[in-house]
Amino acid sequence: MRFDRAAKERLVQALAAPMLAHADELTSLDQAIGDGDHGLNMKRGFEAVLAMLPGLADKSAPEMFKAIGMTLVMKVGGASGPLVGTFFMEFGKSLPDTPSRGDLVAAADKAIVAVKARGRSDAGQKTLLDVLVPVHEVFAAGGDGAAIAAAAAEAAERTIPMLAIRGRASFLGERSIGHMDPGSRSTSLLIVAAVKALEFEAGS
Amino acid sequence: MSSSNSTNVGIVIVSHSIKIAEGAADMVRQMVGNAVPLGWTGGDVAGGLGTNVAGILAAIDAAWSPAGVAILVDLGGAETNSEMAVEMLPDDRRARVVVCNAPVVEGAVIAATEASGGSSLSAVKRSAEELYA
Repeated sequence: MRFDRAAKERLVQALAAPMLAHADELTSLDQAIGDGDHGLNMKRGFEAVLAMLPGLADKSAPEMFKAIGMTLVMKVGGASGPLVGTFFMEFGKSLPDTPSRGDLVAAADKAIVAVKARGRSDAGQKTLLDVLVPVHEVFAAGGDGAAIAAAAAEAAERTIPMLAIRGRASFLGERSIGHMDPGSRSTSLLIVAAVKALEFEAGS
Repeated sequence: MSSSNSTNVGIVIVSHSIKIAEGAADMVRQMVGNAVPLGWTGGDVAGGLGTNVAGILAAIDAAWSPAGVAILVDLGGAETNSEMAVEMLPDDRRARVVVCNAPVVEGAVIAATEASGGSSLSAVKRSAEELYA
């Protein structure tokens, strides 16, 4: 994996593309068990991130991720803005300028801890952590891009039978069961896009 | 968004709906007049229902008091965004802003009433949170 300027630009475009393309799907998932704004919110956030190119790709890796996180915090809104934004901000804060795969694993670990703290949540509560936590295990264990992407898609599917404990869906109690968590879906889309853009090979 | 030269604890109201935020602020003013600094915000950055960090930061600024600021929120995203906003404050302000675990309308009125008597930030927070106790 090389993390040069072209890779950074490719990554940013790859992250934004599914948020624009799947906005309606995310909104309809959120209409089922939430307040129905997730698709539009994520689209608005990533449109704002895209608008930061090409300058965004000139930044160092830590600065780029921090800037993405701050923009998502300010533009996405909902509970997703601070949660997804916190992930990117903390991820950036923990990275060296030219990160190795091990650095990415360590930074993702810190970012997940920060998301847990921000949401006072953990895996098993039908939130984006139900994707972040299992995917990170595959990533940390040296899985290649295909394995990471598969883990992300499967993890999002596994939120369907879950009972929501945190977030707006928790108001529905047992009626939250049977619907995929919208935040897990968007997170899995972002992960699949990221590993594809960065062409992860297996390694540790 | 605010009007008071008081040094009492300031109150910030954060709702997904600007109408609720503004209406709750009206109710606070009816109770305490201009005795407490008051700020409110509601809606996402596009003007729809939601909350946004920039709006919350502006409301905290509007309600700023050396005695601190108590924030009242409605649903989850309002709380998460408020906590995010508090973390983004300058160091000297961060420790003097609290998010109360209280219903937004009743909490704002009770907190403001407590603040109008010159109570400390922790006393204001405690009064609002007794509503859920």
